[in-house]
Amino acid sequence: MKLNRRTFMKGAAAVTALMAAPRALLAWPEKAFKAGSSEEVMQALFGGTSVTESDSIVLNAPDIAENGRVVPISVSSSLDGVENISVIVVENPSPLAASFDLGPGATADVSTRIKMGKTSNVIAVVKADGKLYSAQKEVKVTIGGCGG
Amino acid sequence: MASDIRIKAKLTVDTAEVKTLMKHNMETGTRKDKKTGETVPAHYITEVKCELNGKLVMTANWGPAVSKNPYFAFTVKGAKSGDVLKVSWVDNKGGSSSAETTLS
Repeated sequence: MKLNRRTFMKGAAAVTALMAAPRALLAWPEKAFKAGSSEEVMQALFGGTSVTESDSIVLNAPDIAENGRVVPISVSSSLDGVENISVIVVENPSPLAASFDLGPGATADVSTRIKMGKTSNVIAVVKADGKLYSAQKEVKVTIGGCGG
Repeated sequence: MASDIRIKAKLTVDTAEVKTLMKHNMETGTRKDKKTGETVPAHYITEVKCELNGKLVMTANWGPAVSKNPYFAFTVKGAKSGDVLKVSWVDNKGGSSSAETTLS
C-alpha cells in the first residue's frame, strides 16, 4: 500500500474526528461543574440566577450527616413539565454535585448519594416549563468520622 | 463489563422504580495519597444514561461530589412488563460500562 502524506493526513483527520465526536455528543456541562460558587453554577447551567422557592419540591437530606463522604439526597417534585433537577452543595469546592436531565417518561423523583466537605446548605433546583424553582436544607456534617 | 452496574427494578402497574449501584472510585482529584503525598488524579463518572427500550429517559450529569460506588434511583412512567431498561455510564477518563435488565 502506498502511503503518501495526503492520504495519511486524511486518515489522521478522520481518526481525530471520530475521537472528538463522543465528547461533543455528551455535552457534559463542564463549566457548571468547574464553577466555584453556587451563583456561577446557576449562571453556567441555566443562564440565570433568579429562582423561586417552591413548596412543590421535596428535598430529602439528613439533618446531620456523620459521614460527609456518603450523604443520601433525594429530590422529588409535583411540578408539571420538569426538565432538570440539579443538586448544589453551597460550601463544596465545586458546588454542583449532580444535574439530572429528565426525558419523556421520567418522573421527577431522583435519589443518589453525595460527598460534602463540611456543614452546608444543599439546594435542589428544579427546572419546570422553562422556569426555575428551588428548595434548600442545611445538612450538618460531623467532621472526623471517628464518632467524635 | 456488565457486572459493575447492578440494577434492581420494581414494576407497579405502569411505573418502574429503578435502583442502580455502580462500582466506581469517584476520585475527586483533591485527595492525596497518604504514602507518597501525591495528589490522586480525578477519576469519576460524568454521565449516566438510562434508556427504556432504547429511548432515552434520563441523563444524569455528575461531578466528583457524587459518592464512591454511586447509588442512583429514579422512576419511569409508562413502563410495562417485558420492557428493556438499560443503564450506562462514561467517566472523565473515557471509561464506560453498561448493563440492562428486562422489567417483569
